[in-house]
Amino acid sequence: MSVMERGHAHTGPEAATTRSPKRGRRSGGLYVGYRSHWAAEGAKMLALGLCCLVVLGPFAMVVATSLADPEQIARDGGMVLWPEVPTLEAYRAIFTGGQISGAIGVSAFVTIVGTAVALSVTSLLAYALSRRTMPFRGVLLGAVLLTMLFGVGIIPLYLTVKTFHLLDSLWSLIIPVSVSAFNVIVMRQFFQNLPDEISEAATIDGASELKIFTTIIVPLSKPIFAAIGLFYAVNFWNTFFSALLYINDQSKWPIQLILRQYLVNNAQVGLDEVAMAGEMPPAQPSLQMAILVVSLIPIVCVYPFLQKHFTKGMLTGAIKG
Amino acid sequence: MMVFIGFFYLPLLGNVIAFKDYQPFIGILESEWVGLDNFRVLWSGDPEFLNALKNTLIITALQLMFTFPVPIALALLMNSLLSQAFKRWVQSILYLPYFLSWVVVVAIFQHILGYNGPLESFMAAIGGPEPQIIGNPDFFKPLLILQDIWKNAGWGTILFLAALGGIDEGLYQAAAVDGASRWRQLWHVTLPGIRSVVILILILRIGDILTVGFEQIILQQQAVGRDVSEVLDTYVYNNGILGGDWGTSAAVGLVKGVIGVGLVLLANKLAHMFGEAGIYRKAQR
Repeated sequence: MSVMERGHAHTGPEAATTRSPKRGRRSGGLYVGYRSHWAAEGAKMLALGLCCLVVLGPFAMVVATSLADPEQIARDGGMVLWPEVPTLEAYRAIFTGGQISGAIGVSAFVTIVGTAVALSVTSLLAYALSRRTMPFRGVLLGAVLLTMLFGVGIIPLYLTVKTFHLLDSLWSLIIPVSVSAFNVIVMRQFFQNLPDEISEAATIDGASELKIFTTIIVPLSKPIFAAIGLFYAVNFWNTFFSALLYINDQSKWPIQLILRQYLVNNAQVGLDEVAMAGEMPPAQPSLQMAILVVSLIPIVCVYPFLQKHFTKGMLTGAIKG
Repeated sequence: MMVFIGFFYLPLLGNVIAFKDYQPFIGILESEWVGLDNFRVLWSGDPEFLNALKNTLIITALQLMFTFPVPIALALLMNSLLSQAFKRWVQSILYLPYFLSWVVVVAIFQHILGYNGPLESFMAAIGGPEPQIIGNPDFFKPLLILQDIWKNAGWGTILFLAALGGIDEGLYQAAAVDGASRWRQLWHVTLPGIRSVVILILILRIGDILTVGFEQIILQQQAVGRDVSEVLDTYVYNNGILGGDWGTSAAVGLVKGVIGVGLVLLANKLAHMFGEAGIYRKAQR
């Protein structure tokens, strides 16, 4: 029995987090004489399956409610488990202009521009810190590390943003968070692992530092750029608190503030917001859940890449520091 | 390039307002120096501050007790699975909530557990009492913990799984040869194998002892009131930015930051005393 189990474990492809080639065999594989073995495996699968259900169940309900027609919602009084007559009315309503469409645009802008800015700044800083010829390298590295240890308070940060006249500007959502020390460290580690000879050869050929960086280092570092880029993108899309702090003008609200307004504070989604004058708007729960689903779409779309790159990035970052 | 660090170090200078009677209309430089006046609230026993401190400590303790062990248990469970395909499915699903914003998580919880949600329909169907979970001050802290686990526990398993993968197979074989049962192997091989990672995470967590789910709480504070939900971060936000009490709030924030660094260094030192690697930078010496 033990041989069979070991064989079985070996055939499974390496899991995403697996690093050691020895990992294929589970500790359970060696035991002989445990007749309850498959029962134990089944119990574990059941327990973990339940965990998955707890995570996925709510999503299923959210999607179902967003698709349900007003009659069924009126009958059930709230969320539904399964839409009897699926309709896309709620989605049509929130995309016909008005504040919700605007907020999606704001979030898209902040995410795209923010990620571009953050990636350039982070990679340049990380590259500079990875070069041995860089003056004051140690001091600067220490300065970056300190930001990981000591959290600046909310109030000084707010006052700084105010001093730069960034209040009510979308840049307030981008610039203050465009460098994270953790990402700088991870990227620096990656750059340091590239062979020195490449950049040395380029220097001899007369290339400037910037030229080396853009034409040699960046193309070699695509995986780390993808990983860190996704990391920033998710953060920008999820921006909530900075927007709450810095943005008063409702027309500049990102999607997360809209979510708070209509889902957490349960404000009525009015006709203005959905811009459907003269028509019966879909039921409130459908509208609310449709907004929620729309806010999830980008995350779900990039999730397969996220999971792969993040897991790797997290491990390199954590283990090599 | 370095200009961008400005958003960390400039605000650091902004902390001087903790020592000033800051007036927004005059500006930081012209405001009057008041020495340690703003810190007085910390030890004079201002009831609002004490309440915030109390809630912070209770929530931190709850998190350490309930939230902290969950990823470890999950990782052990996942690691002991024989079916690798199933394990990868579980991982993919359990990591997902980590990438959702707090707004989304809170919204989902409110609509599932709250008024008109499926839980209420279910309770009504079986004739049970109406569940009053959302907006109920008594349930607020457990709810925070539940949300925290739902969102972060799956993702938290990554490091532990990596550590489990790094354990030498030979140790298991040796233990099995010595006749150790599976439980004894868990106790003598697996747990010591991930000890250093657990301690590392614990140290980092201790540095955040005064920081508990700020966005999560701000989102839900209105419904349950500040009595049960005010923590240090929300105190700083409510009194400083909304209430205009800039100096005192900045002082609270500053003290919090300093204590955080102190705790990390202290925990690290303790870990060294017990022969653990602690945070990597020290370990390299």
